[in-house]
Amino acid sequence: MSSLVTKVRLKQIEQLLEKGKRLDDRGLLDTREIKIEQGLIERAEGSARVFLGKTEVLVGVKVSTGEPFPDTPNDGVLTVNAELVPVASPNFEPGPPDENSVELARVVDRGIRESKCIDTEKLCIEPGKKVFVVFVDVYVLNHDGNLIDASALAAMAALMNTKMPNYEIKDGELKIKQGYTPLPVKSHPITVTTGKINNHLIVDPWLEEEQVMDSRITFATKEDGTICAIQKGGSGYFTPQQILEASKIALDKAVELRKKLDW
Amino acid sequence: MNEKPEKLIDKKGIRLDGRKADELRPVKLQVGVLSHADGSAYIEHGKNKILAAAFGPREVHPKHLMQPDRMVLKVRYHMAPFSVQERKSPAPSRREVELSKVIKESLEPALFLELYPRTGVDVFVEVLQADGGTRCAAITAAALAIADSGVPMRDLVVGCAAGKIDDTVVLDLYDAEDKLGAADVPVAYMPSLNAITLLQMDGILQPAEFEKAVNMAVEGCKKIYEMQKEALKTKYMVVKEVEE
Repeated sequence: MSSLVTKVRLKQIEQLLEKGKRLDDRGLLDTREIKIEQGLIERAEGSARVFLGKTEVLVGVKVSTGEPFPDTPNDGVLTVNAELVPVASPNFEPGPPDENSVELARVVDRGIRESKCIDTEKLCIEPGKKVFVVFVDVYVLNHDGNLIDASALAAMAALMNTKMPNYEIKDGELKIKQGYTPLPVKSHPITVTTGKINNHLIVDPWLEEEQVMDSRITFATKEDGTICAIQKGGSGYFTPQQILEASKIALDKAVELRKKLDW
Repeated sequence: MNEKPEKLIDKKGIRLDGRKADELRPVKLQVGVLSHADGSAYIEHGKNKILAAAFGPREVHPKHLMQPDRMVLKVRYHMAPFSVQERKSPAPSRREVELSKVIKESLEPALFLELYPRTGVDVFVEVLQADGGTRCAAITAAALAIADSGVPMRDLVVGCAAGKIDDTVVLDLYDAEDKLGAADVPVAYMPSLNAITLLQMDGILQPAEFEKAVNMAVEGCKKIYEMQKEALKTKYMVVKEVEE
């Protein structure tokens, strides 16, 4: 967006925030409506589509077998990749992943990995030799702001929907059998992003707000109220007090979302 | 380091490398170490050895990245292939792409971007040896390199991490503590503005531990800040002596 339009819009958004209001009539700490559909891609071992307001993210999970990392011979492998698909925004271009999609993938990855929500030891087939490799591919289909929360939600929903093929080992060879077992999901991290516009903290910023906000801070939290991943982004800053305030907001929001989603 | 030691911190609160919980590793800073960069700095933070160079304000390349209303800051964080135990491919990894982005965003709040439209400043960070906490040390050095180049700044930016090893919140984790510890919280901070410009975390922390870690990292930043200012002064005092 051109800088002039941004400045005009910033003024409008700021005036509303002073009154505790937002452009889309939400309160400062309200999230947009969430809709989750699971299992809509039959070819994938797991999938989910999440709508966060008008933001739309599709996640497909593919499971294959491969070698474990040498330092974790008993653990399956989890990789997260994110594509900012050009259909999602006039500002997304085809080509190799840029810094925004790399950051998105790594923040989603961090929330899943650090919460240890997938029991990777159960993905081990033969220690040091063969394990299940879980590919989580985040596909952003419509960008209307807060891709991190929408993608993290969709990734978790897709993992909960993921089935691993049954197998047996015969004469040292891996044989895939009929049927599936669900992926061992132990917990459900919830990711909440708070934006800062002129010292106002707002939950779940949408596109118009993202374009004018100073910075954002993302917290992934677990059921037991611990924090498992954080990422600050954007060219602005937070005071230490604002950071703590944002962490409390994220923890409260996560409790509320857990109730709503029954996670 | 193949075996995980039983304890990362002993009953007396002494860590594997002999430090106390809230003790920084030794930090050595040098400004103006490269003759062809507009500004440069070198940091030794424990065993981390990192070089930073700043170029600009200059034309933005490629041209389409130029902004009509502000300066464009570009940062490349890069690790030398020999900087870690297993050789690292020199091609940029996803980790390096992300770190370049967060380091850029940690430095931008210190610059008056709107005063230099249509220009760019490029900062190159080369990690020559890594021992945990490279992004923080890189920020400390990069801010000094920009200051050395003469581009006006609101404040210096300092990087320092805190984290949790065993059950204790500690300052400035080194490689083994980072890998075996419970959590790592890198922070960048502008002391005179009380502004946190980078915050990340991985691992698991209770909210109270998180608060303690942020406060501890900020205190660490304030200590390194004094060394940063000293390093800048030292360079210009040496220049003066040569002139006389």
